[in-house]
Amino acid sequence: MIRLEDLTKIFRTPNGDVVAADRVNMEVPTGEICILLGPSGCGKTTALKMINRLIPPTSGKIYIDGKDTATLDDIELRRNIGYVIQQIGLFPNMTIEENICVVPRLLNWDAKKARDRAAELLDLVGLDARQYLRRFPKELSGGQQQRVGVIRALAADPPVMLMDEPFGAIDPINREIIQDEFLKMQSEMKKTIMFVSHDIDEAVKMGDKVAIFRAGKIEQYASPDRILAHPSNEFVADFVGADRTLKRLRLLTAEEVARSDAPITSRSTKIDDARQVLSAARARIAVVIDSDHRPVGFVTADEMTGASGTVRDLAHPLPATVPVRADLRAVVSEMFAQDTMWLACTDDQGRFAGVISQPDVTAALRATYTRDRRASEKLEAS
Amino acid sequence: MFRGEGETVEILSFIANNWLVILGLAGEHISIVVVAVGFAVLTGVPIGIAITQSKRVADMVLYAASIIVTIPSIALFGLMIPILSMIGQGIGWLPAVIAILLYSQLPIVRNTYTAITNVDPALREAATGMGMTPFQRLARLEIPIAIPVIMAGVRTAVVMNIGVAAIAAYIGAGGLGVLIARGISQTDPRQLITGAIAVSLLAIVADWALLKLQKRLTPEGLKR
Repeated sequence: MIRLEDLTKIFRTPNGDVVAADRVNMEVPTGEICILLGPSGCGKTTALKMINRLIPPTSGKIYIDGKDTATLDDIELRRNIGYVIQQIGLFPNMTIEENICVVPRLLNWDAKKARDRAAELLDLVGLDARQYLRRFPKELSGGQQQRVGVIRALAADPPVMLMDEPFGAIDPINREIIQDEFLKMQSEMKKTIMFVSHDIDEAVKMGDKVAIFRAGKIEQYASPDRILAHPSNEFVADFVGADRTLKRLRLLTAEEVARSDAPITSRSTKIDDARQVLSAARARIAVVIDSDHRPVGFVTADEMTGASGTVRDLAHPLPATVPVRADLRAVVSEMFAQDTMWLACTDDQGRFAGVISQPDVTAALRATYTRDRRASEKLEAS
Repeated sequence: MFRGEGETVEILSFIANNWLVILGLAGEHISIVVVAVGFAVLTGVPIGIAITQSKRVADMVLYAASIIVTIPSIALFGLMIPILSMIGQGIGWLPAVIAILLYSQLPIVRNTYTAITNVDPALREAATGMGMTPFQRLARLEIPIAIPVIMAGVRTAVVMNIGVAAIAAYIGAGGLGVLIARGISQTDPRQLITGAIAVSLLAIVADWALLKLQKRLTPEGLKR
């Protein structure tokens, strides 16, 4: 856990004092990622760098796991905090192995233990240890360097990590990949992370909580969904963007919204039986599945009225399917691309997992709003 | 003085007859430069590192070092005679070494200072943020990265001062300058030209050898 109490930084300059952080109070629970978000010059980086004292605080307290860090000396404090910077900062005179082993060496780890740790971490980010340990930073691509920058910070397994726009210098495609990799690692590691970003999309994707900064002050500190659904003021609303509701689509997966009890039928089913299934479910469309339970087409109630024979005669092919793990943004994008009101979802094995429709998506987005409204009404009533 | 083929033969026969003497003088020459530049590295590199802490001090030190270089070597030798006479060393090997030590400060201090200050601030921030002490940062990161530029300064100092050391013959320091001085005073082109060629060759060979050393000392990851 990281707790900041009235953390303040005043830079004294010839042109007068500049308040870079103004009584910042926040708490990041153990195992969560907190994104410090805001325009440049808002104090988010200053707040971050005060935690490992690269910038000495003017006043206020910083607690890590309940311990006041003012009682630790700078060097000891920093060796127990993972630190990743935007420029990556791999040391060009050292091999990848030496880079990863910097902090373990500073902590006087046994050489063999440090080497094993370096190899283990490289494997964790999908880089072949035998191939990369002996290489130098300049021999790696930007994305590979960034991965090494992250695992270097993890080398001594610190409980807390500070990341200053860690994926800012990579192209968008690689950034998405590295973000996903990192989230996967984090789901196992459960580090307590402070993460500076200026990208709202990154914040929504990576953050358990987001703190929006302006002029050294926290404007709002809440979960990404809460910030997008209920920005606390005009500034936050502007910062997260007019399309903030669309951004919330990324926070939900198809699985959470799809109807898994949607009516299904098979090609060899008689039309009459299929019609009965539909009327029992009060639905207008049934998904046709094959013998492996994979969705292959659909039939409509209208077309079956008065028809005879089997479903095969009336089935239409499906325009597309979406994986049930996909986020709603991908689902809606596919709906728009196919000009359809609904899509069939598939699980990891390609089997039918439900149907998701545009009204379902809208209802899901609305649900957070109404739920919150009810909660706040209840709060006011009590 | 130089009139053609006959002279060339004379010079070659002079070298052939006196090669032991020439080698001895070359040895003296090398000893002056090596000792002086060696001490200059031992003083100049720490000074260059120390002045990175303050821009104002750095400007002052570099300015002083530049002024020293503008003093003609013959004048510097003259200045040192009364001072070093107090310890009975007014002429000879010691004033030559001291003069060259002073001349070497500028390239070595300046290159060290420039190389250390030019280390990418992001690397410095990463090193500090990971918990390196200032000394560890210097030893593991900044100096290794600065080595090629510091070595370039050492090369400049050596090549420049092989020429200066030739003039030190006039204050009795020995070295290949002896041949040049005698060649002038005795109007003997054989000695003069032999001395000049030997000094030039020494400078070229030293530069080449130091370039090799520079490449060896450059960390693998910094090589192009």
